[in-house]
Amino acid sequence: MITLRINGQPRQFPAPLSIAELVVELDLAGKRIAVEKNGEIVPRSQHGNARAADGDQLEIVVAVGGG
Amino acid sequence: MDALVIAGKTYSSRLLVGTGKYKDFAETRAAIDASGAQIVTVAIRRTNIGQDPNQPSLLDALPPSQFTYLPNTAGCYTADDAIRTLRLARELLDGHDLVKLEVLGDPQSLYPNVVETLKAAEVLVKDGFKVMVYTSDDPIIAKQLEDIGCVAVMPLASLIGSGMGILNPWNLRIIIDRLSVPVIVDAGVGTASDAAIAMELGCDAVLMNTAIAGAGNPILMASAMKKAVEAGREAYLAGRMAKKTYQASPSSPTAGLIGS
Repeated sequence: MITLRINGQPRQFPAPLSIAELVVELDLAGKRIAVEKNGEIVPRSQHGNARAADGDQLEIVVAVGGG
Repeated sequence: MDALVIAGKTYSSRLLVGTGKYKDFAETRAAIDASGAQIVTVAIRRTNIGQDPNQPSLLDALPPSQFTYLPNTAGCYTADDAIRTLRLARELLDGHDLVKLEVLGDPQSLYPNVVETLKAAEVLVKDGFKVMVYTSDDPIIAKQLEDIGCVAVMPLASLIGSGMGILNPWNLRIIIDRLSVPVIVDAGVGTASDAAIAMELGCDAVLMNTAIAGAGNPILMASAMKKAVEAGREAYLAGRMAKKTYQASPSSPTAGLIGS
């Protein structure tokens, strides 16, 4: 079991997984999002290779209305 | 109207609008269409994990193919948070590098923290961003932001969302006179005359959100703002008549009056 901190909330997963797998797990596949892992951008082209491991801090963002 | 050029790209509209505070995306879209704006600001926020993934998104209502997105750093109080937010925005929008930097001082006034703003601008410009920067109406800071390499400097007219209009037109004039990059009044516009005054002062454009979204009829106000910005720009280009404080000047001929 691993724990990831996603958008400030702890979430548990059975094993380490790729960012692409994580995006599917979170029902965000196909959505326009951006991902940061431990303060560094994970480019979309790297989502298949980049892994999320125990203790990683992830931020997943979207564009919303704003001024 | 003459074109607005920001970072080498030409825009026919001199009105930039925010996309926040609308009732729904349909109203957002209708208001933005009525405003004629080509550049729209957006905020970057965490996804709501677990929310219905099929609910409509802003990008569906305002396709990035039809508008120039200007991701902002609203809500950031440090240079670091603003830089991280805009790096996420660039990733989110496929390398789009035109951004609105704002670093705020406190949540009551939302007044810009110019020290953090200068720090963030340095880093972002070096990182290849085209930075349009929200700042106070301090002419010295405005010039420093231009010198750092910001592509537009955007002083406030009054506090964000206050609708108080242009409180210090003289500072804006100093900024307009001293800077070469576009000067865009951002924040504080309340109604159409405020936008017209900003443009008559010589601002290159006006950016607003609440003045439209917070109006009784946002779509009608968007249309009013479009006309005000155009009217103000034309009046500025035309050059206003000189003010004659103590001496009237008749508009009709003084000769040929009957009984003379």
